[in-house]
Amino acid sequence: MKTNLTQIHEVINQHGTNREALVEILRDLSQRSGYLTKEAMEVVATQLQLPPSEVFSVASFYTKINVEQLGKHVIKFCEDAPCHIAGGREIWEALEHKLGIQFGETTTDGFWTLWPTSCLGLCAVGPVMLVDDEPYGNLTPEKVTDILNHYRAGDAA
Amino acid sequence: MIRARILISSDSLSLSRGAEETKLAFEAELSRYGLLNEVQVVYMGPANRTDALPLVIIYPEGTRYGPVTPADAAYIVEEQLYKGRVVEHLLAPPEMLSGESAHLPGQQGDTYAQKRVVLQRAGSIDPTAIEEYIAEDGYFALGTVLSEFSPHAVVETIKESGLQGRGGAGFPTGLKWSFVESQQSAQKFIVCNADESEPGTFKDRLILEGDPHAVLEAMAIAGYAVGADQGWIYIRGEYGQARERLELAIQQAEEYGLLGDNIMESGFSFHIHLHAGAGAYICGEETALLESLEGKRGIPRIRPPYPTVAGFRDEPTVVNNVETLANIPPIIRNGVEWFRSIGTERCPGTKVYTMLGAVNVTGLIEVPMGITLREVLDIYGGGMKDGKTFKCAQTGGASGSFIPPEMLDVPLDYKSMQKQGASLGSGALLICGDDTCIVDLAYVLERFFVAESCGKCTPCRVGTVQMLESLERLRRGYGTQKDLEHLEEAATYASTASFCGLGQAAPVSIITGLRYFREEFEAHVRGECPAAVCPMDKKQVAS
Repeated sequence: MKTNLTQIHEVINQHGTNREALVEILRDLSQRSGYLTKEAMEVVATQLQLPPSEVFSVASFYTKINVEQLGKHVIKFCEDAPCHIAGGREIWEALEHKLGIQFGETTTDGFWTLWPTSCLGLCAVGPVMLVDDEPYGNLTPEKVTDILNHYRAGDAA
Repeated sequence: MIRARILISSDSLSLSRGAEETKLAFEAELSRYGLLNEVQVVYMGPANRTDALPLVIIYPEGTRYGPVTPADAAYIVEEQLYKGRVVEHLLAPPEMLSGESAHLPGQQGDTYAQKRVVLQRAGSIDPTAIEEYIAEDGYFALGTVLSEFSPHAVVETIKESGLQGRGGAGFPTGLKWSFVESQQSAQKFIVCNADESEPGTFKDRLILEGDPHAVLEAMAIAGYAVGADQGWIYIRGEYGQARERLELAIQQAEEYGLLGDNIMESGFSFHIHLHAGAGAYICGEETALLESLEGKRGIPRIRPPYPTVAGFRDEPTVVNNVETLANIPPIIRNGVEWFRSIGTERCPGTKVYTMLGAVNVTGLIEVPMGITLREVLDIYGGGMKDGKTFKCAQTGGASGSFIPPEMLDVPLDYKSMQKQGASLGSGALLICGDDTCIVDLAYVLERFFVAESCGKCTPCRVGTVQMLESLERLRRGYGTQKDLEHLEEAATYASTASFCGLGQAAPVSIITGLRYFREEFEAHVRGECPAAVCPMDKKQVAS
């Protein structure tokens, strides 16, 4: 992916070059372009007058900041206790089985990335997963199939 | 002239189920009947239930419909608002959870009815309109302290109220404020910890989504009390809607002169900034939160010095949880005596819980401190689901304790729980039936800590992984007596030698699990999972 300099400068202008703005700058950049390239982090480092290692160290710490390219759609499945006892284990297995990948991996066609996530605060409708930022609750293995198909179909249309 | 109001639930779940489309449908239909000037349509924040969303409440009748689709909306307008007939078949199922609503005091039952201090307005006002907050005594407490209280008198009032931090530790709030008050420093800060990430806990999200101004007002009061003119809200990155509500609330409060420079012509100025997190459980730990607020990795700081001495930007800082802050305006408005009349002598006030798991009714409840778990289960939870037997409750998210049946009658408050070697935690109550396996549950809880350990100190970074490996062997049927010994040993190290609360809390489920359910661990060593949950496959041990 090409590093979009205009975008980086836009985000930095919005938050300022104060060191305190680093986390927010990186999060916004990651959200806008999917992930942070090495070059993008270097530009941020120069602008904020920080060592690139420091910028990478912060970027890699937070889960909402991506430092590697992910699939077109990212599934984040909650693996915590409330969802687990509401039937989360079957959903976990169903996701791995249907996508043919393990948690933490991306499908070979680059369509799906499957990630575990910590509690999303939507436990009242567990088990829960996010597809990109869209929440899906009360999951059953059948529902998971429907949702996956829906995204595949939407992409083909 | 407004003769009726339509309230539509607008928490994230309602929105994901089409609350916005429903609202548009109501507006379109009202416009068709020329009723737009008579009937107001507003979002009300969370509905405090999850079964009938989007929930619609029509006042003055208080009729509750749900779930309401756009087509239903059109029908309801025609029938109820045009012809004056209740649409029976669209009514929401009776609400078992609360039996109480701010607008229907007649329904409040006996002494067991929910005590609403923190959630007084959530769900009954439009959180996007400051006017509604003001109409319900909002910013009255701030006005009172600015005109009638010295800063020191505010600190003393909070001290006397006996309010304790609701984030989990239960530290006396007034005492914390007095530490910052006594610091000689030109710059002090108020930080609101809204990085709620304990599994199973979402009370702070609902408070912020339903009543954002209460938190802003409380922060300004805290600022006046300790001598701070800047406040920061560190909100969890995933809480998009709460963040939008807060942004709007801050803007509205500034327009009304209730935040910003020279508030209510008092000479006191207070500015509130919003900082959204980027995804890290550890940032709920107050010193890690401050590091993150300064743009760094969220890694805990060594204490002392405590944040009250050297916090944000190394200046004296009050860090308070959302629920704690939401208690402040009611205490100022109604007085210390009123607050102390709720709850217990040593732990006054209420506690908000999110109740989940094997009960008939799940959701958010606010109850007086000191109520027993048995009462919570029977009265608010509607008893155990599907005839299951109560096996244990797990409090406070991942860092909470297991509460076995023999502790069902221990009062739920900080002091009583502490005496039993358990913790009240953050306010999650995960209720488990006899079909739950303690080893499996401990495994899932430990997996959370392995993922969320920040990696700074060894007892937590390595200890959590070792404990998880032992639990995995037990689940797979490979466990030995040695694993049990090892679990106990690693749990002791992690709880005593970890740098911060995360590592210290990581083995709590193992420690309390072994204390109350040891025979179940022993059964796994023999190759049996009594609840028939664990795989016990004796396949290759996953690392």
